[in-house]
Amino acid sequence: MSDGSLLALTLAQARDGLVRKSFSAREFALAYNDAVEEAKVLNAYITPTPERALEMAKATDARLARGEGLPLDGIPIAVKDLYCTKGVLTTAASHILDGFHPPYESTVTSKLWQAGAVMLGKTNLDEFAMGSSNTTSWYGPVENPWHRQIGSPKGDNRPLVPGGSSGGSATAVAARAALAATGTDTGGSIRQPASFCGIVGMKPTYGRCSRWGVVAYASSLDHPGPMVRTVRDAAIMLRAMAGHDPKDSTSAPVPVPNFEAALTGDIRGLRVGIPKEYRVDGMPAEIETLWRQGAEWLRSAGAEVVDISLPMTKYALPAYYIIAPAEASSNLARYDGVRFGLRVERGTLDEMYEVTRAAGFGAEVRRRVLIGTYVLSAGYYDAYYLKAQRVRTLIMRDFAKAFEQVDCILTPTAPSAAFAIGEKTEDPVAMYLNDVFTVPANLAGLPAISIPAGLSGEGLPLGLQISGRAFDEETVLRVAEVLERAAEFRHVPSFVAGDRG
Amino acid sequence: MIEGRTGPWETVIGLEVHAQVISKAKLFSGAATDFGAEPNTQVSPVDAAFPGMLPVINRFCVEQAVKTGLGLNAKIELESVFERKNYFYPDLPAGYQISQYQQPVVGRGKVALDMPDGTTREIGITRLHLEQDAGKSLHDQHPTLSYVDLNRAGVALMEIVSEPDLRSAEEARIYLRKLRSILRYLGTCDGNMEEGSLRCDCNVSVRRPGHPYGIRCEIKNLNSVRFVMQAIEYEARRQIELLEEGGVIDQQTRLFDSARGITRPMRSKEEAHDYRYFPDPDLLPLVLDPEWVERLRAELPELPDAKKVRFVSTYGLSSDDASVLVAEKETALFFERAAGHDPKAAANWVMGDLFGALNRLGVGIDESPVSAEQLGALIDLIADGTISGRLGKDVFAEMVATGTDPAAIIEAKGLRQVTDEGAIAAAIDTVLAAQAEKVAEYHAGRDKLYGFFVGQVMRATQGKANPALVNQLLKEKLSGK
Amino acid sequence: MPLDKAAVARIAALARIRLGEAELEPLAEELSRILSWMEQLNEVDTSEVPPMASAVATSLPMRNDEVTDRTRREDILGNAARTTQGFFVVPKVLE
Repeated sequence: MSDGSLLALTLAQARDGLVRKSFSAREFALAYNDAVEEAKVLNAYITPTPERALEMAKATDARLARGEGLPLDGIPIAVKDLYCTKGVLTTAASHILDGFHPPYESTVTSKLWQAGAVMLGKTNLDEFAMGSSNTTSWYGPVENPWHRQIGSPKGDNRPLVPGGSSGGSATAVAARAALAATGTDTGGSIRQPASFCGIVGMKPTYGRCSRWGVVAYASSLDHPGPMVRTVRDAAIMLRAMAGHDPKDSTSAPVPVPNFEAALTGDIRGLRVGIPKEYRVDGMPAEIETLWRQGAEWLRSAGAEVVDISLPMTKYALPAYYIIAPAEASSNLARYDGVRFGLRVERGTLDEMYEVTRAAGFGAEVRRRVLIGTYVLSAGYYDAYYLKAQRVRTLIMRDFAKAFEQVDCILTPTAPSAAFAIGEKTEDPVAMYLNDVFTVPANLAGLPAISIPAGLSGEGLPLGLQISGRAFDEETVLRVAEVLERAAEFRHVPSFVAGDRG
Repeated sequence: MIEGRTGPWETVIGLEVHAQVISKAKLFSGAATDFGAEPNTQVSPVDAAFPGMLPVINRFCVEQAVKTGLGLNAKIELESVFERKNYFYPDLPAGYQISQYQQPVVGRGKVALDMPDGTTREIGITRLHLEQDAGKSLHDQHPTLSYVDLNRAGVALMEIVSEPDLRSAEEARIYLRKLRSILRYLGTCDGNMEEGSLRCDCNVSVRRPGHPYGIRCEIKNLNSVRFVMQAIEYEARRQIELLEEGGVIDQQTRLFDSARGITRPMRSKEEAHDYRYFPDPDLLPLVLDPEWVERLRAELPELPDAKKVRFVSTYGLSSDDASVLVAEKETALFFERAAGHDPKAAANWVMGDLFGALNRLGVGIDESPVSAEQLGALIDLIADGTISGRLGKDVFAEMVATGTDPAAIIEAKGLRQVTDEGAIAAAIDTVLAAQAEKVAEYHAGRDKLYGFFVGQVMRATQGKANPALVNQLLKEKLSGK
Repeated sequence: MPLDKAAVARIAALARIRLGEAELEPLAEELSRILSWMEQLNEVDTSEVPPMASAVATSLPMRNDEVTDRTRREDILGNAARTTQGFFVVPKVLE
C-alpha cells in the first residue's frame, strides 16, 4: 500500500487493516512520521516524537503477532501540547513553560497508550488554550491545510487559520499528518477548528474525560476530547479516552458505554431542535443554507425537526468571557519561575514574578489573566463573576427545558469559514465572537460534536454541530453519523501529506 | 482592665488558631505528613502545583474537623464549600490556598474556661474551617536568597476562630491551653506549638468599658503561649498610649519580635490583601451525611469538661484537683488506673510526686517510668500499713529511678514498716533512756521536745516504725507508763 | 465600567505581571472595551437565580487517608531553574 493510501485510511479502517495484517504497525508509523515531517510547513507540531512512535509501533506488532491486539493498537495519534506527557517536552505553547518535562503522564493519554495507540508528537495550540485561531502560540501560528479557491472572492494563497485553540491537532488530522488527535474544548476549541479544517471534533460531557494531567485553563469549562476524520472514529477514540478518574474530583463516576455500538444509523422518531436564537445578525447566508440543509437531511432520515428557543444564547459569550478568564487567572498563578519553566532573575521576589510572567505570557494570555483578576477582585466579584455564574444557571435551565421537547440540537458550528492569518487580530471581541455557537455547550457541560457538512463559496469547509443531553453522547454520535452520511463530505484540503506527485 | 493615663481601658482579644490535623496523608494529596523529613521529600506534584494537577479531599481530614467541631460544641454545616484564596508567596506554589470562606464546615460553638478564681468563662467560637498549610521558607540560610521546602505544603489545617470574647493575656493563655487539651483529647491535633502544629494569630484592640469595639491589629508569628501573652500585653499598651495621645489606630498586620518583646508592622508593602476568593472549580461542595456526623458524635471520647464533672462526683475530688487531672487525656487515664481504692491519694501522688519526677526527667506522662498500676500498688502498700507514708516517698523515688515494682523495692531494702509493738516499745525505751536530760526538760514543760523524741525513735528504727504506734506508745511512756 | 491606567496598574500588580508605562493606556482602553461588552449581562434578571455550583451534579468524592504518593525529590526539583541542597531557591523575602 502506498504511503498516500495508508494515510487516507480512517481509524476504523486502519484498525481493521492492522488486525488483518494488511500492513504492519511499523510501516504505518513510518508513513505517519514521514507525513509529520512533510507537514512541517504547516507548523502543526511543536515536538514530533518519531522514535517513540516507532518504539510503540514495535510493541503493537509484537502484540498483534500474538493475537493480543488492544483497541487502538498501532493507531498514530497526535497529542495537543496541553496534555502532560511524561518525559516529553510539554509547553502549552507558552514561553513560560520552556523546558518543562513532566514527571507524570495525563490520565487521558495514559489510557490511549494503554489501548495501544502510538504517539506521533505534541501539537501546536493557542497559548494556554486561549484563542480561536492558533495565532497566539509562542511557537508561531499554525496553517490550515485548506486554501481559498483561486477565483473565489477572496481567493488567494494567503495562509488561513485552522481555528483554535486546538489548531495544531485539527491541521494534523486534516493534512493527514496524524490519524487522530487529542484536543481540549473550553469554549469551542475542538469543534471550531474541526469545522475550519473539515474534520470531526467532539467535546464530550463535562467530566466524561479526566482533566488530570491536562494543563488547566478554565477548570469548570475544560473538556478533553477526540479530533478525528469520521464520526465512527470519534466513537472509537472517545471510548478509549473516557472513564472515571479518582484523581480528578470533577470526573463523572459513570460507566463508559460502547459508543461505536450506538452508531445504528437509525434516528427515526428522534426529535431535533433548531434554536431560533442561533440565527445571528450578519451570519453568512451560506451557513444558514447549510443549516437548513442539515435539518432536511435529518428529516429525510426520519427525525422530527422542531423549532426551539434558547433565550439566553446571546449571554453565553459574555458569561464565558468572565468565568473562563477568572478561573484562568487563578490557574495560571503557578507560573512564577520557581519550580518549572522560564525564570527571569530580577531583584526582589515580586520583581522576579512580575518580570518572568510578563516575559513568559503572550498578549492574549495576559489580557485574560488581567480581566480574570479584575472580575474576581474586591468590589467587582458580585457584579461580574457571581452574575456570570447566575447567568450560567439560566443557560443550563434553557437547555434542560429544551431537552424536554427534543433529543438533540442542530446548529452551525462556527459563524464563518476559516479566515486568513492576521485578518481578525485587531479587536479581541471580534475574535471572541468565533465561539458564539460553541460556548453554550461548555457552560452547560453538554456533549457536542462538529462534522464537516459542506463547503463555503470559497471552497472552505463548514461544520454543523449536534449537541445533546448530558452523558448522552450516544444519541449525539448516532445523529452525527446520519448527518455525515447524508453530507457525503469527500473534499480534501489543498495540502495533504503523502499526496506528492 | 488596664489603667491608662486618662482612665481604664478594656483589652479585647480574638484568637485565630491554626491546628495541623493528625492524619497520615495531606488534605488534598497522597503525600505523607511526617514531621522532620528531608526537604522536598514529602511533596506530591499536586502539592507543588505542577501543571494539570488536581486536588482530591482526604475523608479522614474531614472527619477530624467534624470531630473537633463537635468537641467545641459547634454547629456542623452539612454543606460547605472550598474556595481559593489567591495571593503570591514562594511557599504557596499554586499562587492560591484552598481554604473555606463563606461556607465553612463548622459554624458557631463555645469553649468553657476554668478560671483560677473558680468561676467558668464561656468563650465563643465563630467558626472552624479546613484549609491547606503552606510550605516553609527559610530566610536565614543565605544573605540574599530564601530556601523553600514544600513538605508542609498541603497538610490539613483547621483554622479555629474565636469570638473577640477574651479580655486579658491570662485568659488567652487559659483559652489556648483548653483548646489544646480538647484537640489532644480528640486526637485531631497534637497541639505542639514548638513544632508548629499549633499556631496562633492574635487580634487585639482596646476600648473604654461599655464602648463599641475599637480598631484591631492582627499579630502574627506567635509560636508559643508565652509569646502570645507578651504580644497581647505589649500591643494593648501600645494602642492605649497611642489613643491617649489623641492618635488613631492603623488597622494593620503586625509581627511579634520575640527578641525585643514588641510588635511591629510588617516590612513588606502592606497593600490591603485582595484575596479574590471564589469557589474552587476543581472541587464540588462538601456534603456530609447527617447520620455519619451523628455516628462521629456518638463515638467521641469523654472530653475534659465531662470528665471533670465525673471525677468530682465519682471520686470526690475538688474542682481544682479534677481540673488539673483532666487537662491532659493521658494524665486522666493514668489517674483513673491508679485511683482504685483511694482516689484522693492517687490524685495527690499524681499531682505531687509524679508530676515532679516527670518535670525533672523532662518527659510526659505517657513516658512515665512508673506505671499507673505500680503507683496503685504503692498506694495500697501504704494504706495497708506495710510501709509508712514517709518511706513511701523514698520507695517512689526508687521506682522512678529503676522502674521496679514497689513490693520488690520494699523487700530488697527491707523497708517493711515495723508494727511490732514490742519492738517499737523497746526502741522508745532505748531513746528515752539515752535522752534522760531531755525527758526531764519535757516533763518540766518543754512540750516541743515531743517531736524530737519521735524523730529519734524513727531514726532508731530506720524510719520503719509505724508512726501511729510510735505516737501511741511514746505518749504512754512519757505520761507515766 | 471603564478602567483607567491606575486600575490597570493595580490589577497587574495583583496578578504579578510587569507592565511598561507605555502599555497602561492602550491596555486600559482594550480591557474597558471588553468589560463593557460583558455588561450586557446586566440585561438579565438573576435576582432569584443561584450561581452555578458545578456542571457535575454529584457531591465531593473523598479519598482514604493513605500515603499513596512517594514522588522522588529529583522529580519535584528536576524542572526548577534553581535549586540548592534539596530546596527551591528564590530571592530573599523580607518580613
